[in-house]
Amino acid sequence: MLVAQDTKKRKASVVQSMMRALVAVCLVSLTACMGGESKVEQGNREGVLHYGNGSEPQGLDPHVVTGVPENKIIRTLFEGLAVKNPYTLEPEPGVAESWDISDDGKKIVFHINPKARWSNGDPVTAHDYVWSWRRALDPNMGNQYAYMLYPLLNAEAYATGTLDDAEQLGVKAADDLTLVVTLNAPTPYFIQLMDHYSTFAVHPDTVSKFGGATDRFTPWTRVGNMVSNGPFVLTEWKLNRYIRLEKNPLYWNADNVKLNAVMFYPTENLTSEERMFRAGQLHYTNEVPLEKIPVYQGIDNSPFVQAPYLGTYYYLLNTQKAPVDDVRVRKALSMAVDRETLVNTVLQNAYVPAYSITPPDTLGYFPPKTFGYDPDRARQLLAEAGYPDGKNWPGLELTYNTSENHRKVAVAIQQMWKDVLNIEVSLANQEWKVYLDSVNQMNFQIARRGWIGDYVDANNFLDLFITEGGNNNTGYTDPVYDEIILREAPNATAREQRYALFRQAETMLMEEMPIIPIYTYTSKHLIHPSVKGMPSNLMDSLNIRYVWLDPTETLKAE
Amino acid sequence: MWRFIFGRLLQAVPVIFIVITATFFLVRAAPGGPFDAEKAVIPEVKAALERQYRLDLPLHEQYFAYLGDLVQGDLGPSFKYPGRSINELIESGLPVTAELGAYALLIALIIGGLSGILAALRPNTLQDYIPMSMAMIGICMPTFLLGPLLVLFFGIELDWLPVSGWGDIPGDKIMPSITLGAAYAAYVARLSRAGMLEVLSQDYIRTARAKGLPEWQVVIKHGLRGGMLPVVAFLGPAFAGLLAGSFVVETIFQIPGLGRFYVQAAFNRDYTMILGTTVFLSTLIVLFNLLSDIVAAWLNPRLRAQLSE
Repeated sequence: MLVAQDTKKRKASVVQSMMRALVAVCLVSLTACMGGESKVEQGNREGVLHYGNGSEPQGLDPHVVTGVPENKIIRTLFEGLAVKNPYTLEPEPGVAESWDISDDGKKIVFHINPKARWSNGDPVTAHDYVWSWRRALDPNMGNQYAYMLYPLLNAEAYATGTLDDAEQLGVKAADDLTLVVTLNAPTPYFIQLMDHYSTFAVHPDTVSKFGGATDRFTPWTRVGNMVSNGPFVLTEWKLNRYIRLEKNPLYWNADNVKLNAVMFYPTENLTSEERMFRAGQLHYTNEVPLEKIPVYQGIDNSPFVQAPYLGTYYYLLNTQKAPVDDVRVRKALSMAVDRETLVNTVLQNAYVPAYSITPPDTLGYFPPKTFGYDPDRARQLLAEAGYPDGKNWPGLELTYNTSENHRKVAVAIQQMWKDVLNIEVSLANQEWKVYLDSVNQMNFQIARRGWIGDYVDANNFLDLFITEGGNNNTGYTDPVYDEIILREAPNATAREQRYALFRQAETMLMEEMPIIPIYTYTSKHLIHPSVKGMPSNLMDSLNIRYVWLDPTETLKAE
Repeated sequence: MWRFIFGRLLQAVPVIFIVITATFFLVRAAPGGPFDAEKAVIPEVKAALERQYRLDLPLHEQYFAYLGDLVQGDLGPSFKYPGRSINELIESGLPVTAELGAYALLIALIIGGLSGILAALRPNTLQDYIPMSMAMIGICMPTFLLGPLLVLFFGIELDWLPVSGWGDIPGDKIMPSITLGAAYAAYVARLSRAGMLEVLSQDYIRTARAKGLPEWQVVIKHGLRGGMLPVVAFLGPAFAGLLAGSFVVETIFQIPGLGRFYVQAAFNRDYTMILGTTVFLSTLIVLFNLLSDIVAAWLNPRLRAQLSE
């Protein structure tokens, strides 16, 4: 027995030494990284903003990419002729120190600020704009946002390849600092478009140095190569990690830029982003997870900020397929949706009920409210259409792209239709690209849809439903509607007259109900109290010139 | 031995070729394309884009053109990130994913191996039950649960470790490695326990003990070599699996690795990226399987003798 005991003892010592080693390793690795100030604290001290930006940008060439994360970075690197004031969204001077609009509204003269410089020291000239806009519209460029410049004379013909002569485009340089723009028709929102990156100037020599003018595959936007004209310059680009921009000393208004650097993080995962914020790694989150909203609403001095956003969530109705080819059925479906309850319960009050396509207060425009939740009228309309109390109902399929939030909304609305109209509607979820294909091929009965405005004007929502509209997707067509949107409203002289025409068109649209508006989007962020000069606005637009950090403000203990 | 390696490599070529061909045609059969977006794309713009990416050619010509480029090591341009090549994107993501995978595997081997061996030394006692029930929990606990739990505790409550990033803040590599390694540690623990138990009951171990060797020598010198064989066989596929399966961990911790490209490419219909990552990862899997077979042979004299015949 002596032997056995001896073995036992030796076994025990093996175990003990292994355990000790393990504990030691753990302790060393933990103490190595404890303590120290957070990124946010350090950023406050050094004037560095840590910004959650949603996703890795596709690229940074203003005439190649599309998307919101790209927009935020490009508008920090480059500056348009006019920029949006983040408080009012009205245009204010950017590269152009002023502009004159002719009485008929078809000619605009931009006076370029003589102090405007590229980051290599070259002056920004009117010729740069002529070159850049030709590039943006070049049919070989494959620029998905080329249509932003379509108000320009001959732009559409040039971009679609029916006109070869770039000289005929409505953009000319009268001299180095005077840019003369000719439009097809008066376009009240044209100045606003100057803050959209598709209308930005790029540095012609830099683009040409690294490839052809219309080449998508060039490295001119890389660190060290890029020449830009905005308040910040690109200094680091770590793929899927961060993009670092530093203050541009040559920027004409550099004295008023308060930050020294901005770090953009691709925060794809909402819950991770929220944890980064709590751990002091971010000043600003791109989003807030829906289930976290009640938590943040409940605390004092909450960093949670929610504001209406220029976008509408709606269902498309295919007016060419039974049973939704009948306007009475479409109206019944729309009136049977109790949007208030939907928003209050399923959506945690994170959105605003919508009864029209244009979001309310779009630069002073309020859409008409032509209907509301009306179960009795809905049942009556359905009966008139031949389905009293849901009898003879042929069935209906609602298509949406795979997403937990879309599913929740669809299930709630499916139940409302069942309760109010006594009809069965089946749900079909499709992977994103499959769903896009179905919608574009009009291969659906009802489909989820969202539209985010490119610029703050009702026109951007209402021209979706013109007969040839690429984003119409409902089969809705009305020559009177087309006439108002395409001809009457653009030629209206006063804002009130124009808005009255829009209200008339929108009333006609909702009378035919080719869509079921559900809610207006909101922007939702967690913003550290040290961040100043970053107001909420309808475009969720960031103007980095206004932003500064106040180190004395701290997040209260949770 | 060389013949064995050469033969296995030769087998790999048709496997990878089939993977390329099947992937190429399957992604094209999927509805929707890389340029479909929520906002309708103007037909002329779409045509220009398709020209730039050779999508206007007949499908079989695209296929042969792709094979031609592939032979020269060119995986093509990315659809999602214009101006970047797939080679560049893989080069940027691979070192990160490989490093993460290596740490995870190391953690799996150290923690899993130790607890497996400890358990095998005293089967059916507490020293066995505790690590083995933890291993069971490790296997059952998905990474998307373990990751956030670790973050909540060590990142936010205790504020010891950064909650995301990779190589930006000291210590940010610890939690992702543990999260990814945990499930594998659990497997390693069970495999090494089983392997060690079998070996420790063998005659030559009794002989070693009988001649009075210290216990640690018996375990480490005589026991480990045989007892670790099941773990080694598991390692090859496990490492390849780590590389491909790190997507969840990379998403939770915002790590700039290959896994995110791999999964997102499919959603984006980024044809060249889907193909590039699939070809690359399938080659890796084939190689790592081969590697673990070689190591297993080296550890097992009987197998080695068979192969050199």
